Amino acid sequence: MTLEAQSNNFIALADIALRNQDLQHAIGDGTRTAYYRRLDTMFAHSDEHGESMRQQAAEAKRRALRDLPDLLEQTERNLKKNGYQVEWAEDAAQANQLVLDIARRHQVRTVTKSKSMLTEELGTNQVMEAAGLHVVETDLGEYIIQLAGETPSHIVGPVMHKTKAEIRDVFVRELNMEPTDNAEEMVAFARRMLREDFLSADMGISGGNFLIAETGSIGLVMNEGNGRMCASLPRLHVALIGIEKVVDTVEDYATLTQVLPSSSTGQKMTVYTNILNGPGREEEGDGPEHAYVILVDNGRTDIYATKYAEVLSCIRCGACQNACPVYRTMGGHAYGWVYGGPIGAVLTPLFVGLENATPLPHASSLCGSCKQVCPVDIDLPRMLLDLRWDLVREGESQASWDAAMKLWAVGMTSPRRFALGGKAARAGQAIMGDYMPGPLGNWSKHRDFPDFAPKPFRQRWKERRRERA
Amino acid sequence: MALPARESPIGKRVSLFVTCIVDMIYPDTGMSVVDILQHVGAEVDFPPDQTCCAQPAFNAGYRDEARTVAKHFFKAFKDAEVIVTPSGSCAAMVRHEYPHLFTPADGKAYEQAQRMASITWEFSEFLVDGLGIVNLDLTLPEKQCFAIHDACHGLRGLGLGGAARDLIGHLGNAEFEELNECEVCCGFGGLFSVKMPDISNAMLESKIDNINASGADTIVTGDVSCLTQMNGGLSRHRSGKRVMHLADVLAKGLGGGRA
Repeated sequence: MTLEAQSNNFIALADIALRNQDLQHAIGDGTRTAYYRRLDTMFAHSDEHGESMRQQAAEAKRRALRDLPDLLEQTERNLKKNGYQVEWAEDAAQANQLVLDIARRHQVRTVTKSKSMLTEELGTNQVMEAAGLHVVETDLGEYIIQLAGETPSHIVGPVMHKTKAEIRDVFVRELNMEPTDNAEEMVAFARRMLREDFLSADMGISGGNFLIAETGSIGLVMNEGNGRMCASLPRLHVALIGIEKVVDTVEDYATLTQVLPSSSTGQKMTVYTNILNGPGREEEGDGPEHAYVILVDNGRTDIYATKYAEVLSCIRCGACQNACPVYRTMGGHAYGWVYGGPIGAVLTPLFVGLENATPLPHASSLCGSCKQVCPVDIDLPRMLLDLRWDLVREGESQASWDAAMKLWAVGMTSPRRFALGGKAARAGQAIMGDYMPGPLGNWSKHRDFPDFAPKPFRQRWKERRRERA
Repeated sequence: MALPARESPIGKRVSLFVTCIVDMIYPDTGMSVVDILQHVGAEVDFPPDQTCCAQPAFNAGYRDEARTVAKHFFKAFKDAEVIVTPSGSCAAMVRHEYPHLFTPADGKAYEQAQRMASITWEFSEFLVDGLGIVNLDLTLPEKQCFAIHDACHGLRGLGLGGAARDLIGHLGNAEFEELNECEVCCGFGGLFSVKMPDISNAMLESKIDNINASGADTIVTGDVSCLTQMNGGLSRHRSGKRVMHLADVLAKGLGGGRA
């Protein structure tokens, strides 16, 4: 049931995005704004302070990953102590079935949802809707995306690819909003609509940014307050959380809730930083009657067993997307699955299979920005390089590249053949001009190629030595 | 950055790794590097068997081919005391990737990879961090305005934020202008530029917009591959602005007598 990947169509999807001027402006502005805000916040005190926060956060996640099996057991025990009912789901089908079972058991009709990339992965909304449930996304960006019938293009800003005018059109078309170009009026309109849904919902679904093992709590951060409405207003709260979200202590949570908002939106803290501890207790007078945590694997254990395990440290801040010059030109949809940008180029092949995402490891100039901004120091460029190696080893590379690389290695292991190759290139250029053969022809599509020098450096060097001798 | 501690290169013979692109396309830049190195008193040699650092194969995922070519590099530079190269990208290949390309199980090749990584320097890094020289005591024949494009592998791979700025900052008659997004990739990315030419070009277009908006006519960078990408775009756009390699800018200060 996992959302099917379109990633092998990356080039064609990218082309659509590259031709969309509105998208270009929206993504270009959105990513850059977030990128510079991050710099201002993360390094507000000093470069050293920002860097040490980053290393502390990386250490917290690495430690948690190393101890993951034990921490998961501890988490389950402590979640239960807090009154959560804990379920485990191996894959998307199981997770979605658990959600449906819970909904049936409690006669649920309306579901409010707060932002969750995991449920995008699982296709939970589609399954619930097919079962006749009324599902409403309550994060403003997700709400717009749901109305427009699209998927999120950015981890944190799901609607980053749309301009204000496009959002206005969605509201007018889908909800008969009185047309306005005033953003505040649009937000107020959405709030009024969403308020009705919040009050009528039987079940709230949330994700979880972190699971705190020592206290059995869900760490949930947000700016709009919609998440805590989903978790506290309906009589039922269901949290779907990936098993890699576990951290050891509340202190680790405190560290991570600093780097997460600084990295994603340049905020020191999110507007709401929650630690949820189970259903409402008798003495409290509010809160859900029942609270469930579904711990979802959906391929994570498999990744954990590979050299790419560290990618499970990702806290979904979107900083690598904002910093990536490739993502900045096209947004996230071109990547063809749930996650776009550098993190998506690594996660997608690991989740859906390398053969279903062959262009993605190459969708990077390896500029290193993603690694530089990652709050938990994931070496994404190295993983992309390793995935490219996997492509070759698993026979997923093009035969023409295989042949070209073999030939290239022959040329580069002898100075004589190297010099001959240079001569041939020079002669070829003299005859063919700007035309270049094979994949090199792609160069001159947008760029002029410089002339090969009449005399290569090695010859010039020899001549100078002779002159001076 | 967990690079192994490096021995000071002061007083050592410098073996120039000119790189395949400089050798075939930009030999003048290679000569500029030699001139500047000799200007600061270095003894320079050119190991004649050298070809390429193996980065194209490595970045394309062809590790076997990359290992083969890297081993050729070991042979070509086996007698080197210090290796200097006018490319942040090739320097990063030797420094960061060679140690990953071989494991202790490879025996001698592993040791050679570690050794090559420890003695290789990017050109500006060698001058500023290696020799401790920022003032080359050079003056350009006339006033010229520059902006710096920080090539990715130099900046993020080797941490060379300031070296080129320091060197040009001490160059007589040189002035600085800002280049917006000077730290953002130009879109080259090696094979990326031909595998995904339209995306590469979208990145280049953004770079060219920034270059055109800059007050500088000349953009300075430390990698000829990025230079090829940017000049290829500037030429196609019929812009009068151009990108120059740092070594060529500095060598202009050496005055007459150069070809």
